[in-house]
Amino acid sequence: MDPEFFEAVAMPLFDQLYNFAHWLTGDRSDAEDLVPETYAKALKGFRSFEEGTNLRAWMYRILRNSFLTSRSGLRAQSQASLDDDETDTSALIAHSLTPEFFLLQQEGKQTVMDALACLPVNYREVVLLCEIEEMQYKEIAQVLGVPIGTVMSRLARARKALRELLAAKTAEKATKWTVIKTPSR
Amino acid sequence: MDCNQDPVALSAYLDDELQANEAAAVREHIATCPKCASEIAELVRIRRGVRAARQHFTPSADFRRRIEQQIRQRPSRRSWRPQFVPAAVLAAAVLLVVIASALVLHRSNDSSEIADLHINALASANPVDVISTDRHTVKPWFQGRIPFSFNLPEFSGTDFSLLGGRVVYLHQRPGAQLIVAVRQHKISVLIFQDAPEFDRAFALPAGVSHPQNFSVETWQAQGLRFFVIGDADSAAIDRLSQAFKTANQ
Repeated sequence: MDPEFFEAVAMPLFDQLYNFAHWLTGDRSDAEDLVPETYAKALKGFRSFEEGTNLRAWMYRILRNSFLTSRSGLRAQSQASLDDDETDTSALIAHSLTPEFFLLQQEGKQTVMDALACLPVNYREVVLLCEIEEMQYKEIAQVLGVPIGTVMSRLARARKALRELLAAKTAEKATKWTVIKTPSR
Repeated sequence: MDCNQDPVALSAYLDDELQANEAAAVREHIATCPKCASEIAELVRIRRGVRAARQHFTPSADFRRRIEQQIRQRPSRRSWRPQFVPAAVLAAAVLLVVIASALVLHRSNDSSEIADLHINALASANPVDVISTDRHTVKPWFQGRIPFSFNLPEFSGTDFSLLGGRVVYLHQRPGAQLIVAVRQHKISVLIFQDAPEFDRAFALPAGVSHPQNFSVETWQAQGLRFFVIGDADSAAIDRLSQAFKTANQ
């Protein structure tokens, strides 16, 4: 396959793929290993890539699978959340948590970034693909190699887990603020 | 306050992934259920927060160049270009060349690889990765990209002009390719770390020889193997070779 054609279609994804790789690995040098590996595999397999299929989903799938078989990927998976469809989804709405004020805080953005980084990898990837890459469920299903229904329920669980993490982090920060403020009063 | 709303559907509603009738049902429910309405509002807030993760990590320009080079170089050594020649004809031609060179000309295989590198550079839309006529720019550019260093002769005051350089591979070894112009001709100077197999593969006579209608001169110095190849006349190839020999004594 013509490398110039490959370059023309695959390089526009470079910044996004790098961002995704960095979020998955949580580390610059791991991301800088993962992205070349992805491009090398994609270029090698480009002839088998059928035109008309989704190149973006295909590239993300290669990157994600390469990550899962890497050392840091295996480590991350050991901390992944159990995620089967038998899990009861009726308790997904976390009404008792009120993290509303976290965004009012000045460190709101950083709190979200921290929470995202702490999310188990199987939740983090689905949130990233949906919210950052704005992929449709169909596309996410192709990247993850799971049915659309699984994407749907996993995403709902991931969002709940993210909310809980945000609430916990916000509470943590609130406590710190109280501790700092108390003596001055 | 009891609510039977499926939270998974709520999340899918947010992503606009429900069938029209399902979406209408959720919309209707939200209108009457404050719990689910605030739930949706919360999900939207989180979505806005998470969107900040976009372009949160940006690759360095250097890293981007490395990937681009990786894409360009690995397959270009074999340079199949089906848009120019029907693949089957090309495959047959390659096979013939391989058989012929394996059986008869033990050396032409490697000479043709050198010629390919030269042709490739000239045919490429990006013949050089570092564009500079200044040897003090070109030489440092190779630092860290190839595992050796070399000297460039001074071109000012000669009829040669340096156009730039790029990293190429021969036998899986990285090397430098410099493009030098003389009048209307472009000449490649290829530099690799010397290896025993080069001696066998390039047992060309001293001075300029003419495989495949190119003028080629090759020699070794300081543990490096040099090739000067182009369609310029032998005298020009020889003068350029001398300049590089002098610079790398």
